[in-house]
Amino acid sequence: MSRAIRFAPLIVLLAIIAALVWRLATPADTEVHSTLDGKPVPVFDLGEILPSKPGLSSRDLATGQPHLVNVFASWCVPCITEVKVLQSLKARGVHIEGIAIRDREQDLADFLARNGDPYERIGNDMQSAVQISLGSSGVPESFVVDGKGVIRYQHIGPIEASDVPMILGKLEQAR
Amino acid sequence: MSATTDYPEFVEGLSFLPGRKKKGSPSTSSGRAVLYAVALLIATPLLADSNLPPAYWSNRQLPDPKEEAQAQALMEQLRCLVCQGQSIADSDAELAGDMRDLVRRRIAAGEKPGAIRAWLIQRYGTWISYKPTAEPAAWPLWLAPLALLLIGAWLIRRRIRVRGR
Repeated sequence: MSRAIRFAPLIVLLAIIAALVWRLATPADTEVHSTLDGKPVPVFDLGEILPSKPGLSSRDLATGQPHLVNVFASWCVPCITEVKVLQSLKARGVHIEGIAIRDREQDLADFLARNGDPYERIGNDMQSAVQISLGSSGVPESFVVDGKGVIRYQHIGPIEASDVPMILGKLEQAR
Repeated sequence: MSATTDYPEFVEGLSFLPGRKKKGSPSTSSGRAVLYAVALLIATPLLADSNLPPAYWSNRQLPDPKEEAQAQALMEQLRCLVCQGQSIADSDAELAGDMRDLVRRRIAAGEKPGAIRAWLIQRYGTWISYKPTAEPAAWPLWLAPLALLLIGAWLIRRRIRVRGR
């Protein structure tokens, strides 16, 4: 057996250790990105959940104006902070539509009364069906939809105050 | 993001915790700390789920055994979006339940399992399916057994030659 081959196991071991250290240092992306980015919003028609607010259908998104579609729920803790950021986006003239996942009328009404209500419409997605058809995997998530009803950007996790300029930029591009 | 400014009520509600207590004998406060630690260990993550009743078909079998078998086979090959690494057949996450409901409904409506898988792949990418594809990225997976077999054959041949000498 030649000398070089004798060191092969050591080299393989070092390669494995290097790969493990690299993966520990730069963890894999565990977010599930929707592959509908750049494609039209799937056809859907969600009924209302609050009597005071209309439901949401895919037709409401193809009105010539960009929309921010927020997938949220009253039972979702990060949504509490996000809704305040959405309020500031609304104050800047952004059209914000909501899709409420597995929610109850009273819970949602309490949530909006306590934290503010930036939504023009809220669709009732009781069985997460529209969430799944959008390729969304949790709450909160937001989609920038252009005036023709095409998804231009997916934001996974809450929109934080520091994300506002970026979101406004995406909405501007979607105009 | 700071918890104190964002969740004032929440933090106020925590004032009963040992660290925030103004007075109290050390023995009871450490006893309480243990109690809270145990309570945390056995607590279920209430805030991560809606706790509403599951979708109709999420934990219910289809009346037709053939359809149920088809649905079951497909559900075992679909990845849960929440507990990544589990199939939706195994996962207790609410979203997995809603996906089982979706799969069973569509199977019962006469849709082919392949079409449902394709519909989901269109939304989440091939990531959602455990079934290996024939995409170039998966070629090493298909070729590895063949390559290992060839290397093994080569090694054995060398050994036999050496012994024969």
